[in-house]
Formats: sequence, structure tokens, C-alpha cells
Amino acid sequence: MRLLAWGFDLLLAAGLLWLAWQALFTPRRFSAVVNFMAFYLLMALVWVRLDAPDIALAEAAIGAGVTGALLLTALGRLPAGTSTGADPRRWQRPLQILAMAGAAMAALWLAWAAYQLPRPGLAAEVTAALDATGVSHGVTAVLLNLRAFDTFLEIVIMLAAVVLVWSLGPPLRAFAPATALPGLPALSHLLHPLFLLVPAYLLWRGTHAPGGAFPAGAVMGAGGVLLLLTDAAPWIYLRRHRLLLHLLLSSGMALFLAVALGGMLMTGTFFAIPLHLAPTLIMAVEVATGLSIALMLMAFYLLGEPGQ
Amino acid sequence: MTEALHWLGYGLVIAGILFFLAGSLGLLRFPDVFTRLHALTKADNLGLGLICLGLAFQASGLAEAVKYLLIWLLMLVASGIGATLIASTALACGLAPRQADTPSNTMTSERPAPK
Amino acid sequence: MTNYLYAVGAALLLANAGVGAWRILRGPTSADRMLAAEMITTSAIAVLLLLSIISDQSALVDVALLFALLAAVAMANFVTRTWTLLRDDKDTREEAGHD
Repeated sequence: MRLLAWGFDLLLAAGLLWLAWQALFTPRRFSAVVNFMAFYLLMALVWVRLDAPDIALAEAAIGAGVTGALLLTALGRLPAGTSTGADPRRWQRPLQILAMAGAAMAALWLAWAAYQLPRPGLAAEVTAALDATGVSHGVTAVLLNLRAFDTFLEIVIMLAAVVLVWSLGPPLRAFAPATALPGLPALSHLLHPLFLLVPAYLLWRGTHAPGGAFPAGAVMGAGGVLLLLTDAAPWIYLRRHRLLLHLLLSSGMALFLAVALGGMLMTGTFFAIPLHLAPTLIMAVEVATGLSIALMLMAFYLLGEPGQ
Repeated sequence: MTEALHWLGYGLVIAGILFFLAGSLGLLRFPDVFTRLHALTKADNLGLGLICLGLAFQASGLAEAVKYLLIWLLMLVASGIGATLIASTALACGLAPRQADTPSNTMTSERPAPK
Repeated sequence: MTNYLYAVGAALLLANAGVGAWRILRGPTSADRMLAAEMITTSAIAVLLLLSIISDQSALVDVALLFALLAAVAMANFVTRTWTLLRDDKDTREEAGHD
């Protein structure tokens, strides 16, 4: 069994390196994007092998789903005919070798540094503090109670990124597909109940098992992307919905901030959530952040501010 | 009864893996997009379905079994509709399916056909 | 017994996904590459299901569920937003041609 596990891991690592190499050094852009998507799929398997199903969930939802969709769309926007880029000139060769040697040394140093880290990590301390957090899953406890400030800042960063993307101008209109595709509306009709059901399930599971707001929001965002692809959400482009859209986008951050400030009023410490309110408040924050993450991912996908 | 179900499950999983191998053989050997589409959407999804069914027979509870079957159903929807999408887009973009009797220097064929 | 069988199966399926990686490298059309990515997704789902039995973690089934759900989005994206590129300039059509 040990031998089998070793073989599987070696195969996985080799496949990962191969896909990364292809993604970086293929001369065709489309091929690079597909390699990148496949790389993320294998990366999720790697997280599974490392006993981190939470990260595998997030990797699957964000990497394979949303990032792949964004890259494919960006590719459709680029002018054709300039695909060959990775063709090093003669004078670049020494620089290339130098860069690769530097990267290899950095990787070795990182591996050594990771090897030196204290072994069990902080898992024991989190488990000890779990009773005071109001949830029964360690990762959720860290994300939304013990280290809630970090999560809050992540939401703020995502919002800032949306503002940045939107400041580029009006949203880009979708190209029409190459031919009439009657299967596409059928696909979105069949899948939409699931795009609501699965995030709800992930949110519910987040309180006691791997799941939570980030994967749930990413899955719902992917559902929103499917809506945009099939032109089933024309309301998002309307001018009179701008205010509503802005409010919904910032609702997750606002509720998070309100909970933090409320905790400060009640206990005197920023982000300290009283234990008897913690399960309810954490669930509310998860729902709100999940919804606004979904909307933010949809907003990225517009590639410009709607309603102008 | 449980024992028999377990053995049935093993059999189905092994059969599913064989179908996966057949599908990737098709991906390796078939000459153009349209035939490769068949190799993937039929063989691979049958393989996944057999694996899901086999694991569902061995599942501890009904909820778990239903989840396996849901995954298979989702994949069927995704790749079934996806195959029609890709095939019709490929046709519209001018990729011609390889014909048996035409000399095969169409764009997508990989080997020259035997004379 | 169960674990051995399923571990061998998972390793086989992973090796099987290597064929998909080869097809991504080889092409020759964008559709082939996209199909290969879909094939890797299907294999990864099967691997995840087998791993979830081996390591007794039911969370992995959720990861597989996400893969299955998101495969459709990538496909829809490809035909509505990416491959339209080929239609705009039928003359060059470099991504569709031979290697």
C-alpha cells in the first residue's frame, strides 16, 4: 500500500510538472490556457493527497471554474495571429539558464525552510480553542472567528479588484457564438437549480466539515458566469440597477464590518464575537460574503462597469 | 446480500476503469475531432457511470449513493450537451468530418489514408 | 483488499489522464484540446471518488461534485466566447490548422 501511495504521488507530481512546463512554454496561447486549467485540476488532487480537502474545494471552484472561464474569455478578446510568443532569442539563452538556476535554488531553499517548520503546526491550538468559537470545524473557525480580520481584508481586496476592473470602461459585449447553439439554454436551465443547491449545501457543511463561504461563492459565481454566457441576465447591464448592484457587491464587506464593530461594542475587542451569538453571526456573515463573492466574480466577468 | 453487493460493486468499478482505458485509446487513435468526441463522451462517461454505480452499491447510506449518482448525471448533462456544442461549432468553423472514401488531406486528419 | 484495488484503479486512471495531456500538446484543433481537458476532468472525478473511499473522507465527493458542475461552464465558455475567434478571421485560422 505504501508503495502504491508513493507511485501515485510520484505520478501526480510528474504530471503536475509536465503540465506546468507545457503551460509556460507552449507557443500557442489556447494550448497554454487549457494546460493551465488541467494543471489546476491536478493541483486539487495534490491538495487532496496532502489531506487538505478545504483547499482542494476552493482550488476546484476558483481555479478550475472561474479562473479558467476568465482566461478563456480573455483569449477570445485577443486579436488572432500573434500566438507565437515563447520563442527565445539567442542572446536570451544565458539569461534563461540563469533564471532557471535561480528558481531552482529558491525552490530548494523554500523546501528546506518548510522542512524546518515546527511539525504539528498550529492544529492543536486551534482544536483547543474550538469550543470558544461557536463552530465545530477548525478551518471555518480560523477563517471566520480566530483570524476573521484576514478574511475581511481578503473580501476588501476582491472588492478593490472589482473597482479596478470596472474602472476600465463600459462592459464588453459578448461575441455571438459561431453558430446557433440550441443546447446552451438547455444546459443553463438544467444546471441552474444545482448552482443554487450546491452552494447552499457547501455553506451548510461549512459549519462542521470542509465547505464554507469561499467555495460556495465561487460555485455560485460560476453559475452567474453561465447566466452571462447565455445572455440570461440582461438586468445586470441596466442603468437603473446600478445602485442595487453596488449595494449587493459591498453587502458582504458591510455585514462583516458591522459584526466586527458590534463585537467591539459588546466585548471591547475588535472582531471578538460573543460566544452565544457566534453560530448565528458566523452563519450570517458566511451567507453574505458567499453571495457577494459570487456577485464579485460575475462582476469581474463583465470586464467593465455596467450601466454606463 | 451485502457481500454480494460489494462484489458486484468491485466488478462494476473494474469494468468502469476498462471503459476509461478504451476511451483514452480512442483519444489517441481516432482521426478527427468528431470521432474523438465519441470516444470521450460515450466511453468515458460510461466508465464514470459504472464506477459511480459500483461505489453506490458499496455506499453506507442512501444520501451517499444518491450523491454518486448525481455526479454521474451532472457529467452526463455537461458532456452530452457539451459534445453537441463543440460539434456544431466545429462544423460552423469549417472543420469537415473525415469521410471514408475521400482522399484524406482534410485539415484534421492525422495520417494519410491508405490508397 | 478494497483499498488495494481502488488504489491501483486510481493510479491507472491518473496515468490515463496523461493521454489527455498528450492530446493537449498535440492538438491539432482547439476543440481537441478542450476535449482533452474535459477528459482529464472526468478522470480526476473518478480518481477523487476512489480516493474518497480509500482515505474515508466524504469531503472528496464534494470536490468531485464541483468538478462535474464546473466542467459545463468551461465548455459553454469555450463555444460562446473563445472559439468565435476562429470565425472572425477564417483566412488565418492558425489554431485550427496542422502543427
